[in-house]
Amino acid sequence: MLELKDVSFVVEENGGEKSIIDRLNLKIDDGKFTVITGPNGGGKSTLAKIIAGIKQPTSGQILLDGTDITGMSVTERANLGIGYAFQQPVRFKGIRVIDLLRIAAGKDLKIPEACKFLSEVGLCARDYIDREINASLSGGELKRIEIATVIARQAKVALFDEPEAGIDLWSFQNLIRIFERLGSEKSDRTIVIISHQERILKIADEIIVLADGKVKAQGASEEILPTILGTSSAVDACSLLTKEGGEI
Amino acid sequence: MEKLDEIQKRMIEELSGLHEVPVGAYNFRANSKLAGRNTTANIDIISKDDGSGIDIRIKPGTVKESVHIPVVISASGIKETVYNDFYVGEGSDVVIVAGCGIHNCGNQDSQHDGIHRFHIEKNAKVKYVEKHYGSGDGNGKRLLNPVTEVYMEEGSSLEMEMVQIKGVDSTSRKTYAKLAAGCKMVVQERLMTHGEQYAYSLYDVSLDGDGSAADVVSRSVARDTSVQKLDLLVKGNAACSGHTECDSIIMDQGKILAVPALEAHSVDAQLVHEAAIGKIAGEQIDKLMTLGLTEQEAEEQIVNGFLR
Repeated sequence: MLELKDVSFVVEENGGEKSIIDRLNLKIDDGKFTVITGPNGGGKSTLAKIIAGIKQPTSGQILLDGTDITGMSVTERANLGIGYAFQQPVRFKGIRVIDLLRIAAGKDLKIPEACKFLSEVGLCARDYIDREINASLSGGELKRIEIATVIARQAKVALFDEPEAGIDLWSFQNLIRIFERLGSEKSDRTIVIISHQERILKIADEIIVLADGKVKAQGASEEILPTILGTSSAVDACSLLTKEGGEI
Repeated sequence: MEKLDEIQKRMIEELSGLHEVPVGAYNFRANSKLAGRNTTANIDIISKDDGSGIDIRIKPGTVKESVHIPVVISASGIKETVYNDFYVGEGSDVVIVAGCGIHNCGNQDSQHDGIHRFHIEKNAKVKYVEKHYGSGDGNGKRLLNPVTEVYMEEGSSLEMEMVQIKGVDSTSRKTYAKLAAGCKMVVQERLMTHGEQYAYSLYDVSLDGDGSAADVVSRSVARDTSVQKLDLLVKGNAACSGHTECDSIIMDQGKILAVPALEAHSVDAQLVHEAAIGKIAGEQIDKLMTLGLTEQEAEEQIVNGFLR
């Protein structure tokens, strides 16, 4: 179980202090598919970075299966089983897709194994395995490779920060399918996705609404979703895509 | 003929990835003496009469053959200048692997200045790989100053991989090329300096014939207090296309001066240059750390990938 106790994150702004995360308490159970939503600027991405260790909280504690990981580095947390997919995937000149998957898997992955991870995110390995992770890849391709690295890590807790952000509609449809599949798999893996997308919220076991750095609501999807539909916490990709026969 | 010792064998492995004596033509030079030579029916290697170097003659139409000419210096205090001339016959398709390794454990400077001249005849295709490497913990400096001159006849092509990533204290690398009509030249330079090293790299490529093209790309990493200067010049003298790019990672207290330059002497020349210098992005390190690498391991992966 992932647990946050009284976590705060404060930044300096215009000579004063601004609270991004405010004494937040949260428990995320093992094996659940949890979606964190809420208005922009509510602290969602900061929360994901605090869990991954990229940002250090100003105060409070983070526990993974009862172990206090607050003081641990990003590397130590990764090795304890926390995976994190960036909202804006990073590009690397010269590092190929296969290299990144090998680093992620922590072993010298054979091509067919790497192929499996890529096909899970809808990419044909033959076309991508030797590609450099540079500007020649589109936003959607980068997102999918980013997700594949997190899948390859076999993370105990996999965090995805707005996987749908900044990608085109075609890629969006495919991404949703990836998460639908991940959500339907019965496993001990805990999946936490930061997203406003109604279609992702619909496949969640649990929804957490975060606003002003605090948890405003947390509960089963069928309980929370009706209360946020039509707000900025649950938006539809594009009305044309969901019209009858109009789906891409 | 001198026999190669263990250090020299290891240096040759670093230079050319060779564990054994290669197939095809080769010429091994160790501590200013010939240590091995093989010629083939199509590739001849002849020592110059005045002892200043070798001529490598590749017969027209020679395809899928290779020439290896590694040079190793493992004694301290050697200073040499060597002239190697490559004559690549019409329509050939060959791989040439050169390189110099200096292992200096002594207190005197060791220096190898190699002057390579390529005479590439019509429609020949050459892949040239040059690696420079230094090791040894003596106080003596390891100095390498290669000069490469390239003369390309109509329709020929040349791909150059120029790599120097370790242990050379001071280097001045100069490459001059002249391309006739329809020639194509692709250069990929990889350079890393560390400690107090200094590296100067100059490319001066003249696109003299219509339809000629050059792509000169240098990727470099400057660590510690090392200093690099990169001068990449492409001259367009005809209806040609040229691209030059310096892309560098700067670390620690390194210094880099990157000067991609273009000269157009024809209204039909299409020339482009690019240059970028920056440190390793924090988010690149963060990403690799989320995949379980330490900060140092992440940095190594990023640098290794960049210099691939």
